Amino acid sequence: MATWTWFHRLASPPYVYRTAATLTPWFAVVAALAIGYGFFGGLVLAPPDYQQKDAFRIIYVHAPSAWLSLLAYTTLAVAAAVGLVWRMKVAHAVAAAAAPIGASFTFLALLTGSLWGKPMWGTWWTWDARLTSELILLFLYLGYMALRSAFDDRQRADRASAVLAVVGVVNVPIIHFSVTWWNSLHQGSTVMKLAKPSMPGSMLWPLLASFLGFTLLFAALLCVRLRAEILERERQASWLKSIVEKR
Amino acid sequence: MTGAPVVSLPGACARVFGREVRLAARRFGQILQPVTFFLMVTTLFPLALSPEPSLLRNIAPGVVWVGALLSSLLSLEALFRVDLDDGTLEQLLLSGQPLAGLLAAKMLAHWLLTGVPLVLAAPLAAASLSVPADALPVLMVSVALGTGIIGFVGAIGAALTLAGRRGSVLLSLLVLPLVMPVLIFGARATDLAIRGEPAAGGIWLLLAMLILAITLAPLAAAAAVRICLE
Repeated sequence: MATWTWFHRLASPPYVYRTAATLTPWFAVVAALAIGYGFFGGLVLAPPDYQQKDAFRIIYVHAPSAWLSLLAYTTLAVAAAVGLVWRMKVAHAVAAAAAPIGASFTFLALLTGSLWGKPMWGTWWTWDARLTSELILLFLYLGYMALRSAFDDRQRADRASAVLAVVGVVNVPIIHFSVTWWNSLHQGSTVMKLAKPSMPGSMLWPLLASFLGFTLLFAALLCVRLRAEILERERQASWLKSIVEKR
Repeated sequence: MTGAPVVSLPGACARVFGREVRLAARRFGQILQPVTFFLMVTTLFPLALSPEPSLLRNIAPGVVWVGALLSSLLSLEALFRVDLDDGTLEQLLLSGQPLAGLLAAKMLAHWLLTGVPLVLAAPLAAASLSVPADALPVLMVSVALGTGIIGFVGAIGAALTLAGRRGSVLLSLLVLPLVMPVLIFGARATDLAIRGEPAAGGIWLLLAMLILAITLAPLAAAAAVRICLE
């Protein structure tokens, strides 16, 4: 049973509140360093692409955003499922905190993809599988947030939106594999084949650093939003009052 | 919830199914409303664009499918609402039978009562959009499967929005992203059939999605109804 104590501790709002506070600066600092290196290496040091010239450089924002749009949804759905199964209040708070961040990254992925598509494909938007499924993901996020806001009772909002999040998870593999399954206009995956990457190291390392940086940025944002969410939910709790009074 | 239930699960499901059909037969006008809406929406496109047959044939799959999707959404709103108001839903929950099974029977009846009229009306709408007769079987089969998926997946949304405020717009917001793939494959299959190409792939895919929806959606809908009633 000892192996499960970490899991049980996660159910305690004071523990999660304090842990999130401790982790936030670490995540934020490493994220800043990684994104700083990734952007400098990608935008300044890396050579222009032989085909796409300088336009390819938007990949350093676009690909990590797209990755995060899926990671945030997976986080949301897993947290929602945990909240449904074990009735864990903190898990619902994580789901509620992840949704707006995920929606923002999805929007960023669509926006940067659109800016990239104009010089490469000659159009801002095209109805191919990956773009459409990413747009559906944005709609899913919006529906999730709309459902959450439709309830006055927070517990009901938590559990109802959790059901929707779990149902919507079918979309994640569809987006991830859409480039492979359908012969789409969107270029194939560059990074997710580490055995034989289709980029030289001078382009690849900054990209991997951006991925790491964006992921940690998401973690930092999630911690901040999670603390705000816990503050709001636990405003009646005595442990919170004692923390506030100490200051 | 003590003691063994008097009626077996299949028996209880059959009664729920029979009740839905009887209620619908007594309020026959309500069955006709979504179909009338469907025919009216499909009439709008020739009026708004142009009555030229070649153009109509090109847009016909999309028009028929969007019409079927919207009118299915309209009838979803009432799926659980009436039963919530008169207490039937609570009785189902307290009956001692698995709620998911009873809801599955209800959703199946809903599919029969809203899907079949749309399937019968679809050739009419298609003919007015100058779709060749060869493509009608594929169109009808795809609409039959599609309305089933929309009904089962939409039932989750209908159950989720029961307890919230401003139900109907929210319902569309939740359900539309989930059923967009259905629209894509259904319209694609119909389009292929109109061009005289084999459309079996899309139909099989729709069938697979329908089986998945029938298997899993009642569980999710039951969870949602419990959340609303607790």
